Amino acid sequence: MSQRLEVSPAHIQEEKLYLEMGLTEEEYARAVQKVGRPLNFTETGLFAVMWSEHCSYKHSKPLLKKFPTTGTHVLQGPGEGAGIIDIGDEQAVVFKIESHNHPSAIEPYEGAATGVGGILRDVFSMGARPIALLNSLRFGELTSPKTRYLFEQVVAGIAGYGNCVGVPTVGGEVHFDACYAENPLVNAMCVGLINHADIQRGRATGVGNTVMYIGAATGRDGIHGATFASEELSEASEQQRPAVQVGDPFMEKLLLEACLEISQCDALVGMQDMGAAGLTSSSAEMASKAGSGIEMNLDAVPQREAGMSAYEMMLSESQERMLLVVKKGREHEIEEILAKWQLHAVAVGRVTDDKRLRLLHHGEVVADVPVDALVEDAPVYHSESRVPSYYKEFQAMAQYVPEVTDHQETLRSLLKQPTIASKEWVYEQYDHMVQTNTVVAPGSDAAVLRIRGTNKALAMTTDCNARYLYLDPKIGGQIAVAEAARNIVCSGARPLGVTDCLNYGNPERPEIFWQLEQSTDGLSEACRVLETPVIGGNVSLYNERSGMAVYPTPVVGMVGLISDLAHITTQHVQTAGDIVYVIGETKLEFGGSELQKMLEGKSFGAPPSLDLTVEKERQDALLAAIEAGLVASAHDVAEGGLAVALAEKMIGRSLGLAVALTGDATTVLFSESQSRFLVTVHPDKQHQFEDIVPAAVRIGVVTEAPTLSLEINGTSFVEMTEQELATAWKGSVPCLLKSKD
Amino acid sequence: MKFAVIVFPGSNCDADMYYAIRDGLKEEVAYVHYTERSLAPFDAVLLPGGFSYGDYLRAGAIAGFAPIMAAVKQAAAEGKPVLGVCNGFQILLESGLLPGAMKRNRQLKFVCRTTELIVENDAIAFTAGYTRGQKLMIPVAHGEGNYECDDETFARLEANNQIVFRYASDVNGSKGRIAGITNETGNVLGMMPHPERAVASLLGSDDGLLLFQSMLRNWRETHVTTA
Repeated sequence: MSQRLEVSPAHIQEEKLYLEMGLTEEEYARAVQKVGRPLNFTETGLFAVMWSEHCSYKHSKPLLKKFPTTGTHVLQGPGEGAGIIDIGDEQAVVFKIESHNHPSAIEPYEGAATGVGGILRDVFSMGARPIALLNSLRFGELTSPKTRYLFEQVVAGIAGYGNCVGVPTVGGEVHFDACYAENPLVNAMCVGLINHADIQRGRATGVGNTVMYIGAATGRDGIHGATFASEELSEASEQQRPAVQVGDPFMEKLLLEACLEISQCDALVGMQDMGAAGLTSSSAEMASKAGSGIEMNLDAVPQREAGMSAYEMMLSESQERMLLVVKKGREHEIEEILAKWQLHAVAVGRVTDDKRLRLLHHGEVVADVPVDALVEDAPVYHSESRVPSYYKEFQAMAQYVPEVTDHQETLRSLLKQPTIASKEWVYEQYDHMVQTNTVVAPGSDAAVLRIRGTNKALAMTTDCNARYLYLDPKIGGQIAVAEAARNIVCSGARPLGVTDCLNYGNPERPEIFWQLEQSTDGLSEACRVLETPVIGGNVSLYNERSGMAVYPTPVVGMVGLISDLAHITTQHVQTAGDIVYVIGETKLEFGGSELQKMLEGKSFGAPPSLDLTVEKERQDALLAAIEAGLVASAHDVAEGGLAVALAEKMIGRSLGLAVALTGDATTVLFSESQSRFLVTVHPDKQHQFEDIVPAAVRIGVVTEAPTLSLEINGTSFVEMTEQELATAWKGSVPCLLKSKD
Repeated sequence: MKFAVIVFPGSNCDADMYYAIRDGLKEEVAYVHYTERSLAPFDAVLLPGGFSYGDYLRAGAIAGFAPIMAAVKQAAAEGKPVLGVCNGFQILLESGLLPGAMKRNRQLKFVCRTTELIVENDAIAFTAGYTRGQKLMIPVAHGEGNYECDDETFARLEANNQIVFRYASDVNGSKGRIAGITNETGNVLGMMPHPERAVASLLGSDDGLLLFQSMLRNWRETHVTTA
């Protein structure tokens, strides 16, 4: 086996090899200055990954500081594997969302699968048992064969991994827009449950303690994955398949069970997933957080292939690995637990007090750099920001007025739009019931899981209508949080907090950076008003190809607490005779709407307006009514407007809705005005409900006949059976996938 | 009555089975690791769903050779009830305790949904509480549930009344819409649908609880007569 000869520090400097690794001239100079001498090959690699956007957030850090991150119930904010929120009874909920966009664009099955694997490890590295997965996906139009391939493979990858590990995939969203054609978004969220006493953190404390490596062996896959994820996609990206990792969900399941058992063992000091930048980030971050150093002997690292260099081992992103710090002399206790799961723990190093990351390989020191330089001293860029010309144009436009002649056929067509249509084809491939806690399965506003052994439940959702963000990132950002909270409230839960996944184009372009600035302003403001602190998340930039960026897509993952199982509410009509109410006024607002996209093939103008104070008042009133036991069903009005929301309430039920409205038919039926809810209430509870929710307007009744009857100004506009609605809504995605062109 | 839930590496419905017995049936239940060699203290054996050994090679193929399987076979030979659900069913097929094999679902996709089952045989310990022709709502969650056997075996299953459950409509391409079969003596049941996921109406259905209750009732009856 030939040992590759590594180039000298002088050669790296002269030939500017650092540029190929992703470091700029200034960054390289900064790294050299921090270390105090020219960097060798391995060290240059360490800085390249740790200072990549993916690991250092160098373009987004100042923006992330705007988010509210604290609250009396927040036990862990951003900075660890996942955030943690107290839910009472000495229990807490742990959750985080993360992107795996670039890998999924190149190798959709493994890209999506390992995205699920990574987010699971973020949660169980905290000591929490993962109880649910959600996925927020964005693709191009399903009319393209390439998009169909990406969509089918991403869904199969999520299913293949999550189903095998045995964590139910209970919710999420899938949207389709041309801007995602070459750069799909795959964001995975995991929710875990933990007892306060079991909370672990990734810290390398206690000089002399042992650093242990557990899980899969290190191979040459995923080398420089973090750097790859911090560049724009290009034709050359297709050549970077080796930067995409391959997942082994069976190994993950064993690792999960072993880690949960280890976290009960007080020989454990700290634990962190080897995620992006693998061994480098886990070791450097654990040391940096603890104010310590780590020395590792790479000869001890389990290796899948012979002859791996220090550089390759440190930058590999092989999956299903975890780094532990264990009390000196008690390593055998960890080894015994792992043996039970047919895994090995290998001592690879020790905690030091010199705040350096020192690596030995074949008896030589191959890297010796300050950990804080890697973790804390990445440059922070305050990028230039510029209002895009498209935004000025959109703002100057007159309100868009869609022309609709046949409202019934328009409703049918809207139900068939892939973004609105049923995603049953997707979620039937996910085991959404394993662990037997799923009370509300995919298909309602939010998924609901009971907390076994209590009378409580958790509601969870992911939301982001990126068209609104494209039209106006600030208002769109507010809407994303508000909509997530609406979904949580409709299920009977009080929103607890947010994890967000910020997906954008290249932040070095001033117009993109402006989108980032504006939307983080909007998100922050909404999180403040709706009292949902951001407890963690992820930033994915450079989502563009050939100069075309994705829409600004900050996906909001939200979790809420249902204090009593009796409060669990779904969107579906329950009993004939129940009164139908709408909460919130409908205005002429079609910018970024599904109807505009359907009729015009694009999104333009201004998005719907939003008043966060009104939003909060309505959500509070509705939740109070639900908790008082007055609400039979609740659903937020979103894409496609009131007509689609009414249809969704009926589909799958053998009941109908007779609704009478007034105003302009097109606006009444399809406008996407915000802060609206559809609620059904038993007639006996009418007065009590109206007292608590004075803004509710009575618009109709739930009928025995399974028909949607919509009357406007006394004229019938829609008369469709449940079967007709269901055929359009459920048949659309499978039908599009079967097309052969 | 004391139930054993066998835990293979990669089992992931073991806890669901455990809670179905503990909280649904309210009987005694314990996990038994796949490395154990005896099931003597137990009155019934439950092989849970999941992805034993990652389903690498073929679903259930490796688990069929796990150390515990000799004890499972012995329990079956002694007439103790042995229930294999989903991956557990696949393991029963791979270990030869039940005839036939599983192919990938005809649609080549994993399928998870609540399905309608028809009770075909109400004469065995597992189904005595149901009536023949009764319809049950029980979830499925599998990628390889397309039951296959040769015509001779199929004829024998029909003739011996060994087909216990059928899907009301096709779910995965299974021969004869078979969802569950038993051995000739009726004490080994393999089924793809998950009765342990249908033991609480809060989660959508409690139609599966009667299967466990039937096992308990049968055990009590036989214990009274033999005592």
